[in-house]
Amino acid sequence: MKNSNDIIDDIASKEYEFGFTTDIEMEIAPKGLSEDTIRFISAKKNEPEWLLQWRLKAYAAFLKMKMPAWQHFDMPQIDFQNVSYYAAPKQKKQLNSLDEVDPELLATFAKLGIPLNEQKMMTGVAVDAVFDSVSVATTYKGKLKELGIIFCSFGEAVQEHPELVKQYLGSVVPHSDNIFAALNAAVFSDGSFVYIPKGVRSPMELSTYFRINAENTGQFERTLIIADDDAYVSYLEGCTAPQRDENQLHAAVVEIVTLERAEVKYSTVQNWYPGDKDGKGGIYNFVTKRGICRGAHSKISWTQVETGSSITWKYPSVILQGDHSQGEFYSVAVTRNRQIADTGTKMIHMGKNTRSRIISKGISAGHGDNSYRGLVKIGPRAQSARNFTQCDSLLIGDQCGAHTFPYIESRNNTATVEHEATTSKIGEDQIFYLNARGIDTEKAVALIVNGYAKEVLNQLPMEFAVEAQKLLSITLEGSVG
Amino acid sequence: MLSIRNLHAEVEGKQILKGINLEINRGEIHAIMGPNGSGKSSLASVLAGRENYTVTQGEIIFEGQDLLEMAPEVRAREGIFLAFQYPVEIPGVSNITFLKTAVNEMRAYKGLPPMEARDFLKYTKEKQQLVSFDANLMNRSLNEGFSGGEKKRNEILQLAMLEPKLSILDETDSGLDIDALRIVSNGVNKLRNSDNAFVMITHYQRLLEYIVPDFVHVLYNGQIVKTGTKELALELEEKGYDWLKEAYHLKESV
Repeated sequence: MKNSNDIIDDIASKEYEFGFTTDIEMEIAPKGLSEDTIRFISAKKNEPEWLLQWRLKAYAAFLKMKMPAWQHFDMPQIDFQNVSYYAAPKQKKQLNSLDEVDPELLATFAKLGIPLNEQKMMTGVAVDAVFDSVSVATTYKGKLKELGIIFCSFGEAVQEHPELVKQYLGSVVPHSDNIFAALNAAVFSDGSFVYIPKGVRSPMELSTYFRINAENTGQFERTLIIADDDAYVSYLEGCTAPQRDENQLHAAVVEIVTLERAEVKYSTVQNWYPGDKDGKGGIYNFVTKRGICRGAHSKISWTQVETGSSITWKYPSVILQGDHSQGEFYSVAVTRNRQIADTGTKMIHMGKNTRSRIISKGISAGHGDNSYRGLVKIGPRAQSARNFTQCDSLLIGDQCGAHTFPYIESRNNTATVEHEATTSKIGEDQIFYLNARGIDTEKAVALIVNGYAKEVLNQLPMEFAVEAQKLLSITLEGSVG
Repeated sequence: MLSIRNLHAEVEGKQILKGINLEINRGEIHAIMGPNGSGKSSLASVLAGRENYTVTQGEIIFEGQDLLEMAPEVRAREGIFLAFQYPVEIPGVSNITFLKTAVNEMRAYKGLPPMEARDFLKYTKEKQQLVSFDANLMNRSLNEGFSGGEKKRNEILQLAMLEPKLSILDETDSGLDIDALRIVSNGVNKLRNSDNAFVMITHYQRLLEYIVPDFVHVLYNGQIVKTGTKELALELEEKGYDWLKEAYHLKESV
C-alpha cells in the first residue's frame, strides 16, 4: 500500500501534458529591449504614428519603474535584455482564409484540443488562436460580422477599426499602471479585440487560445473587450506552453469596458508550463486584468482557474463606476511542487448601489505557496455599496503554504462589506472514508477538490467546466497528505 | 467467509489487539460487545484497512484471500463494508455524486460498465425507500450538516446500494433515538440474507432486540474473552462487564 509520502512524490513525476514544441520556421527579433525594438515591432505591424508614440511613452515610463516588492514571494531577477520581444511563424503572404494557415500550426492547435479547421471547429465557440507574438487564425468571423460583432486579432483591429482602438486602448489599464503593464504597452505584439455593438448578445462564446512556443521569448499580448449599451458576451481564455528549463515571461494586459446595462463574463483556464518538481523552468505569469463598469447596471464577471505557471501574479479587478453596476471574481488557484500564486482582485466601488462578490479558492500541494490578495475600496459617492468576500484555502500535505491578505477601505458609512475566510486540510479521514466505499485515493482527492472548487467551476461555461474539472484532477493527481 | 486468526495489531506503537480469533460464515450475524477501550472499533478499522493500524501477527482470510494484502478500496470492492461510527463530511460533493462514483467503481472492478443515469436513479430510489432515507438529503453535500441520525441512516443507504458480502456496523446505534434505531434496524433486517453476513459492534443490548445476532462475543483488553448467544448480551446488560474482567484477570494470573 502507498503511504502519503510516496503519493506526494508521485505528483512530481506527473508530466505536463502540453510540453511539446512545434518545429516551424520563425521570424524572431534579436534579444534586447530598446526604442529600436519598439520601432521594429510597430513597423512590423504597420502601425499608425499615434500608436508608436503611445508605445514609446509607455517605454519611457517603464524605464523609471521598479519591480513591485509587496508580493508574498521573492521576485525573481528578470533580465529584460535577455528576452526576445517578437517571434512570429514565417508566412509568405496575407492569409485570406483558414485554409492558408500553415498545417503545422493547425496541427499544433489540434493537439491542444483547439481545432481551427472549419469542419472540426467547436460548435458555439469562436476562437482566436495566438501563437507566440501573432494571431494565426480567428474562426467564425463571418458569422459574427453579420451581427456587427467585431472579433479579430489586435493587429487587425488597429488597421480596420483604429477609432475604437484609439478611444479605448489604455483607458482601463493606463500605460504606466505598473511595470509589467508598462512593458506590455511598449512591446505588445498581438492579442484579441472584441466589440459588441449596442443591444447585441453574442450568440456564441468568444475565445482566445494563447500558445508560447519559441525559446527565450516573452509573450506580451493585449486584449481589449468593449460591450456597448445592452450588449452581452462571454469570453474564454486558455493557454499552454512547452516544457523548457528557462523561465519565460508572460506579461499580458486585458481591458474590459461595459457601457449601460452591458455584461461581460471573462473566464480563464490558465495552464502555462509550471516548471519541474524542483522549480526549474516554467512561465512567469505577470498579468494585469481590469474592467470598468462605466455604464449604470452593467456587470463584469471574472472567473479563473489557475493551475499552471511557476509564478502567477494577477489581480483581475473591476472599477464599479456606473450606479448599480456589479463586479464578480471567482477563482480557483492551484499550486504544487514549487509553484507560487499571488492572486486576487480589486473591487473599486465608485457608483451608488454597486455590488461586488469575491469567491476565492486556493489549493496548495507539495511545496506550493498560495496567497489571496484582495482590495475592496468603497468611495465616498458609493452609497449603499455592498461587497461579499469569501476566501478559502485547502492544504494538501504539510509542506505547502496558504496566505490571505484582504484589504478593505471604506469611505462611505452606508456600505456593507463582508469577509469570510476558512482554511482546511484534505483529511486522511475523508480519503479513508471514500476508500472504504471502493474509491481509490486519486479519485478521492479529485472528488474532494472538485467539491471544494464547485462554486467557482459552476461559473464556467459548460465545455470549459468539464475541462477545468479534468485539469484539476490531473494537476493534483496523487497529491495526498 | 471471514477467518481471523491470532490477530495482533498496534496503533502508534501501542498494542491494541492481542490475539483475536473469529470465524464468520454466510448468513450469520455476530455482535461484538465490550467496555470502552477494549479494541472493538480497532478491530473494525483493521478489517477496513485504516492506514495507522499495523498488524504485527496473525492473519485475516476473506473469501479465501489474504485481506491484509489488499488496499482499503480493494477490500471494499471485494465486499467488505464498514458503517462508520463517525461518518465524515465532504463539502461540495453531493451525496448522489458520491454514491454514483462508489457504485460505478464497484461495477468497474467487476468488469461492468457504469450504470446509465436513468437506471441509477431508479436503483437509488428503490434503495432509498428500502431503508426509509429522506430523498431531500440526496442532493446535499455528503453528510454536511446532517444530524447524527441522518448520517447513520446514510451509512445504511450506502450499505443497501453497495450490497457488500460482509458489513461491519461500528456503533451504528450510538446517538440514535428509538425511532431512528428502529428505522436503521429495519433496514438491516431487510438487507440480511443467506449470502451475506453482519458484524455489529455495540455497547448496548438494545440494538440486539431489533437485530437478533447468532453469536455474541465479548471483547476485553484486545481479546475475545467470551462467546455466547443472544442471552449473553442480556446477561451483560444485567451484570455489567466487571465479572468478566475479574474472571479474565484470574485466568491471566494463573
